[in-house]
Amino acid sequence: MSISNLVMYYRTLKGEVRAVDDVTLSLQKGETIAIIGESGCGKSSLAKSIIRLLPRNVSRYSGEILFNGVNLMELDEEAFNREVRWTKITYVPQAALNSLNPVIKIGDQMIEPLLLRRKTDKREALERAANALKLVGVSDVFLHHYPFELSGGMKQRVIIAMALLTDPQLMILDEPTSSLDVLTQANIMNLLKRIKKEMGLSMIFITHDVALSSELADRVAVMYAGQVVELSSAEEFYGSPKHPYSQKLMDSVPTLRRDKELSFIPGSPPSLLDPPRGCRFAERCPFKFEKCSQDPPVTFLDEDSYVKCWLYEKGRL
Amino acid sequence: MNDPLLRVENLRKYFEVRRGLFGRRRLYVKAVDGVSLTLARGEAVSVVGESGCGKTTLGKTILRLYEPTNGRIVFEGEDVTHLGWKELKWYRRETGLVQQDPFGALPPFMTVKRILEEPLIIHGFKDKREREERIYKVLEKVRLTPVEDFINKYPHMLSGGQQQRLVIARSIILGPKLIVADEPVSMLDASVRVEILKLLQELQRSYDLSIIYITHDLSTTRYFSERIYIMYAAHVVESASTKEILSNPMHPYTRALLNVIPDPDPSNRFTIKEVPAGEPPNLIDPPPGCRFHPRCPSFVKGLCDAKEPPMIEVDKGHQVKCWLYG
Repeated sequence: MSISNLVMYYRTLKGEVRAVDDVTLSLQKGETIAIIGESGCGKSSLAKSIIRLLPRNVSRYSGEILFNGVNLMELDEEAFNREVRWTKITYVPQAALNSLNPVIKIGDQMIEPLLLRRKTDKREALERAANALKLVGVSDVFLHHYPFELSGGMKQRVIIAMALLTDPQLMILDEPTSSLDVLTQANIMNLLKRIKKEMGLSMIFITHDVALSSELADRVAVMYAGQVVELSSAEEFYGSPKHPYSQKLMDSVPTLRRDKELSFIPGSPPSLLDPPRGCRFAERCPFKFEKCSQDPPVTFLDEDSYVKCWLYEKGRL
Repeated sequence: MNDPLLRVENLRKYFEVRRGLFGRRRLYVKAVDGVSLTLARGEAVSVVGESGCGKTTLGKTILRLYEPTNGRIVFEGEDVTHLGWKELKWYRRETGLVQQDPFGALPPFMTVKRILEEPLIIHGFKDKREREERIYKVLEKVRLTPVEDFINKYPHMLSGGQQQRLVIARSIILGPKLIVADEPVSMLDASVRVEILKLLQELQRSYDLSIIYITHDLSTTRYFSERIYIMYAAHVVESASTKEILSNPMHPYTRALLNVIPDPDPSNRFTIKEVPAGEPPNLIDPPPGCRFHPRCPSFVKGLCDAKEPPMIEVDKGHQVKCWLYG
């Protein structure tokens, strides 16, 4: 998959919110990219733009999303729904625990996408649902139970099983463990690692938790104020982040096993209603200089990684 | 150590629930079941546990926001376990609470000034000028400055970090000696989190405040507290200095917790972590013996599932509630 210049704005009473502003990313088969950033930086909006779950008041949606060579942006709604959404690309939403319908049995909810899109009969679909449940470590007797009978961790597993049911090539996980306990979270991460290894599917893992992102990420995209400001391999990012924002963000992450002086970033991110013209981080950046009042270009450090910062401008290094 | 500020002995808090037809069967959720802790003046301790382990109930019971079922709470040598309504007012002044969700904890229809004035009025600060002075001072202390910019705002006009600063300001405006901070940073972003923790630490030092920091996140405790109490299913299962817990965890539950918390490290993605199976028990009818035994990797049959382990002092200041050390 490769995304270029993806833009998604939506209109509110106060003006246009530039939630996703010119994002370019590529994703290899079997690779996991973690998208990290603070709340309101547009990371969930990016995920929703990829699977085209747009807010109703969207005002601008453009760019290119190539998926297996097909530009998804050119598909009409019906074709997108039939061929991509919840079949080739699946989505595990934030607050997944509340996204199960409380009055429908687990099994019936799980097979819905299969019955709608794939034209399988109910028996076969239920069989596949049972297999998917076993894969995520939930007994298949729960097919006949209602969501309230399951614990948080189990519901999360059911949702992941649902997202696996259609043999997707890409799974988008939006904060999949943010409301779970530490041990349950570790369990789910183990499960996702296993799925990643055994099924070879690509993942986009969205989280605000830098430490947690290292549990899955092969590459990391850091978002700030609607833009990706750095894309790096996991080794690079957790070792020596490039963008000043990534560096500051890393400095604020507490570590359990290493002594480290924590620091925070003074100020707060700009409003996406009217972001500053130049670099959006400039105001809070310790390395700010004259050029930062202009929008910094994306500088590729190698094929798979880039920084959007004047410090890395070609010829400067 | 000189006289502790707070001594909690064998504290219990049960909540009654009714089950069965017409509620004829009385059952109790034993949210806090025999917890003891001590806190010196100016000391910060952490209470760590997963959701539902009773840590919030413990905090609220210590503040007497809940009536204890039994046990004893001694504050500055005074038994406050069953204080009446009138004397409670004194205790309220000496203690403060910082809630988890700052927006939910602030009345949306009151301005910053009004929010901070309320406790002053209740506690009899009659002079309007004095109240104003105190409000300015406390806002400066939590760095909501320039004060003029904030004083007439409503909570929704503040960012999450600023709201939490306001909640902290409210909790310290009466000059308490003890603060219970219940997950004060769990809803905030990483960078803001550090900002708030540093602020709390600064207040602790400059006012000689004692703080009980309740959290599920072990990784922030080392930056904040001198001592950690690990809670599991309404019991404290291990307590020691922060350094000791992190370098030499003894209870199998503490070990499991420490083992699964990631540090940012690219090699994490290649390792599967060991996680104890199952889930914390229901507190209406907890398992007999050690409450962790159904999930414990080093469980001894016939002992752990039959007899509740005592709190064992394994080292000076390091206590573990586990038969492995008995």
